[in-house]
Amino acid sequence: MLKDEDRIFKNLYNDSGADFISAKKRGDWSNTKELCDKGKEWIINEIKLSELRGRGGAGFPTGLKWSFAPKQVGSRPHYLVINADESEPGTCKDRDILRFEPHKLIEGCLIASYAVNAHVCYVYIRGEYYNEGQKLQKAIDEAYENKVIGKNASGTGWDFDIYIHYGAGAYICGEETALLESLEGKKGQPRLKPPFPALIGLYGCPTIINNVETVAVVPTILRRGGKWFASIGKPKNTGTKIFCISGNVNNPCNVEEEMGISLKELIETHAGGVIGGWDNLQAVIPGGSSMPLLPKKTCDTITMDFDSLMAEKSGLGTAGIVVINKDQDIIKCMARIARFYKHESCGQCTPCREGSGWMWRMLERMAKGEASKDEVDMLMDVTKQIEGHTICAFGEGSSWPVQGLLRHFKNEIEERIKFEPVIKKSKDIPYLVDQHLLEKENA
Amino acid sequence: MPKLKVNEIEVEVEEGLTVLQACEKAGVEIPRFCYHEKLSIAGNCRMCLVEMEKSPKPIASCAMPAAEGMVIRTNTSKVEKARKGVMEFLLANHPLDCPVCDQGGECDLQDQSMFYGVDKSRYKENKRSVPDKNMGPLIKTQMTRCIHCTRCIRFATEIAGVPEIGAIGRGEDMQITTYLEQSMQSELSANVIDLCPVGALTSKPYVFEARPWELKKTESIDVMDAVGSNIRIDTYGWEVKRVLPLINEDINEEWISDKTRYACDGLLNQRLDTPYIKYNGKFEKASWSEVFKIIKSRIENTSKEKIGGFVGDLTNMETSFIFREFFDRTIESDYYDFRTTDRFIDDSLRENYIFNSSINGIEESDLIFLVGTNPRYEATILNARIRKSFVNNKTKVISLNDVGDLTYPYQALDGHTHTLKSILENKHEISETLKSSKKPIIIIGESFFNLKSSKNIFYLIKEYINNNFKFEEEWNPLNILSSDASTVGNIDLGVFNNKSGYNITLDKLQKNEFELIFLIGQDNLNINKKNEFIIYQGSHGDKGAEVADIILPGAAYTEQTAHYTNLEGKIQKAYKASYPPGEAKEDWQIINEIAESLNNRKLFNDKDELISSMINFINLKNNNSQNKKINLENINFENEKLKIEFKDYYFSNVVARASKTMVDCNNSKINFKLTGTEG
Repeated sequence: MLKDEDRIFKNLYNDSGADFISAKKRGDWSNTKELCDKGKEWIINEIKLSELRGRGGAGFPTGLKWSFAPKQVGSRPHYLVINADESEPGTCKDRDILRFEPHKLIEGCLIASYAVNAHVCYVYIRGEYYNEGQKLQKAIDEAYENKVIGKNASGTGWDFDIYIHYGAGAYICGEETALLESLEGKKGQPRLKPPFPALIGLYGCPTIINNVETVAVVPTILRRGGKWFASIGKPKNTGTKIFCISGNVNNPCNVEEEMGISLKELIETHAGGVIGGWDNLQAVIPGGSSMPLLPKKTCDTITMDFDSLMAEKSGLGTAGIVVINKDQDIIKCMARIARFYKHESCGQCTPCREGSGWMWRMLERMAKGEASKDEVDMLMDVTKQIEGHTICAFGEGSSWPVQGLLRHFKNEIEERIKFEPVIKKSKDIPYLVDQHLLEKENA
Repeated sequence: MPKLKVNEIEVEVEEGLTVLQACEKAGVEIPRFCYHEKLSIAGNCRMCLVEMEKSPKPIASCAMPAAEGMVIRTNTSKVEKARKGVMEFLLANHPLDCPVCDQGGECDLQDQSMFYGVDKSRYKENKRSVPDKNMGPLIKTQMTRCIHCTRCIRFATEIAGVPEIGAIGRGEDMQITTYLEQSMQSELSANVIDLCPVGALTSKPYVFEARPWELKKTESIDVMDAVGSNIRIDTYGWEVKRVLPLINEDINEEWISDKTRYACDGLLNQRLDTPYIKYNGKFEKASWSEVFKIIKSRIENTSKEKIGGFVGDLTNMETSFIFREFFDRTIESDYYDFRTTDRFIDDSLRENYIFNSSINGIEESDLIFLVGTNPRYEATILNARIRKSFVNNKTKVISLNDVGDLTYPYQALDGHTHTLKSILENKHEISETLKSSKKPIIIIGESFFNLKSSKNIFYLIKEYINNNFKFEEEWNPLNILSSDASTVGNIDLGVFNNKSGYNITLDKLQKNEFELIFLIGQDNLNINKKNEFIIYQGSHGDKGAEVADIILPGAAYTEQTAHYTNLEGKIQKAYKASYPPGEAKEDWQIINEIAESLNNRKLFNDKDELISSMINFINLKNNNSQNKKINLENINFENEKLKIEFKDYYFSNVVARASKTMVDCNNSKINFKLTGTEG
């Protein structure tokens, strides 16, 4: 359990107001100038020391990412871009930061910009977060009025401007390079990497892209020291994290907890337990819809951090926990998620464009029991053909949940399926059996 | 230069090349759909995935820059599986209607699925169907077949400079379309048909005409403009079915203009297939011996200074040369010309009438100055090069006239000759830019030479170049843009009469001083016919044949092996792809036979003799050329507004005028203008 004094987002439930004065009372903007005066090197080092990992899903070390930006500003300016395109189903942590803790974010933006030599910061907010964007804009206006940002921001001598850009509702624009394309006014489709945005990003300039939560925790880390942050949680999975618990729980909520807290504790203490009791639990999606689900057996013991979830072939992702109890049809749930990914695929590269729709249609048939038994293996093969073969991580995002289903609920699917395959594998006629699967065995 | 290993083969490649190019250098074939050498890298088909050491995922070789010490493997089971997977996805929603698809036999998807795919489909869902899009009279769409490689989008935005093709929708529902389903407003639009790796974009005029393996393929040279694009003519029996580009990096790269590609159906219409004689205003069929007899008696009964001749805009060099020999030696008249206007020519030096910087040179240039030309319509392929130069190097382009959209931005001046003169006299704001540029290109169009003071300004330009730029061997900023395929060849062969300083042949024609006129494929003259006896020799029944008294059926450009000199002065050989229809003969043969009927002696025994004496003639002329001393004070200058006159793009020559496709193209542009939404 996280101690109350270690809580970073003290106003996560809007108990004390989101405005500048209230934020200042909570400690925001208190010594920004001193933090910046300690120098860029110190800031980046302190973040490295804190072992902060990106909160957007991939968990890339933030200090390392910042150090990729060129040390000197060349002919092209540097940019900081904040990814507030929070569209992952089951995730709503950035929303509460934008609404209730905007000044943490703005202060983080200033410090991060200062550390990576950027004078301009763009906040890309998903279009559906219009009200949240308005609240952030209000906070930005307040910050300008109080001269904590703008020319000579907070007296640091650093000129800093912050702009909000609304997305138009595409999930893929949360992918960092698609976000940049969208910000430039083009169709939101991911770019090829390399080159990475740290060198060639927005308008071809060096760009650092961070999630809202990552940047919002930066000022507190610097105030209390990287060592303090590193002392919370587990090694390499340090600090606090906002977990979003939804689904079949009695009290869905956002809660800030330390990394490595056990899933059971999280659900029982904060979310009021699973509807129908812990024994009624069927599965949990631990990190937003793109992460493979965990069966109840694993949920009993699992701790919520990047590495232990990775070991269970899942991931922490955005820490959007979706609880599914036994009242739900798990195949239907996954078919619904597959439909979401089919709808949100950008259509740029082949495996994801053609594969996401194919997976959804197969799952729909499986949910109705209209599939054939050999299709279970085939579906797994299709997910493997998508995974790792695409331009961006959307390929993984769409195939992992299906893989999770097949890994843990294969029996359930097979029980429901009514049709035997026309051609039995045991007959072993190479021409008639699935050659995609055959050659994999022989290879 | 990075060194890397591909399947245990060590290769060293130039900086900036991709892994795919390195693999090609190592002799390893990588399948691909979206990658194309001339277009930007999209990396979206994922067919070119290869394994790289230390990378957990396979990488897209077309997009990954080759780096020192990479270890690439393309023959592993992982790569094979990845290729099969991508192939399966591509075929999942592909209709597999190969038997009724025009791309069949030359389809990348077909070929590569044979090689890298699996022969059985696992896709049990309904296939996606996509509504077809209207892309104008040239491009037939069957969008269900589209594999979304985006080559067409990239071609339109990058090479053609018309951002009218794009993709709408996302995911499975992504569709390629033109803006509001208008036809693409580009003269290069049909190249997307060649680029399309599947049958989504096919040729509308060629639809269901033939299969690629049925066609005889002949390499040839295009005559629709003076660029001399290298083309491949596909024939089925006598009929020319289609024209495709051949790769020539020095001239047309991989592209050809729509006119080059689609005027070929004009070769089937309005052809002259037998000699005709006009009796009482009506043409009647005749035999060759009849017409030769009449021609003989006409020539013998006409004094030689009353015989004149003109060659046309598509005439090949062999014909022009034998025509000149015929006039010089047989008739002994020198009233022959190829010009239809009184345009100024100085052939004392070859640099005075060719494109000296070469088409490749455009890409090196840092300033392009257009004088009296609209390259978009006069030399489409050359205009694409200027655009390429602009896109790659941000080359500054200045035009003396405002000539409308050239697909790249340019600075337009007022079009008056005194502006040009003040630039050359260093009194204009442009002068500084022009002088300070390192590799300038001044492109002078044919419209310029029709000016009254063109002679004066032309020598002024030459003098300016001599004074301000070092006239080095490798860079000559003086470039003349001819618009007809035969022009440079005709000047090389001296098929014009400039002795009195103007086009005396045309002058005499307009004053009706001729009694006998030979027209060899010349259809662009306005003849006010009185008592002249006109002999027209050509391939199509057009303007020239209309006024003729005797028609001699000749061969079109696809029907004779012949040489053409392009605007850069490159001699290129076009091969015979088809044969002349009916009684028609090759052009040089007809003149040779007329000469034989007159003197009982052929001018040349065979074509080889003709070609060798033609080459000798050109070499001799080039060796004897010398710079003339010009005294500018004797030449008048007057201020005029330079008017750019170019022929109607889709109807610029007899073949195009006989083509139904060109009419459709022209109409599609007219319809576009009538919507009132442009601008």
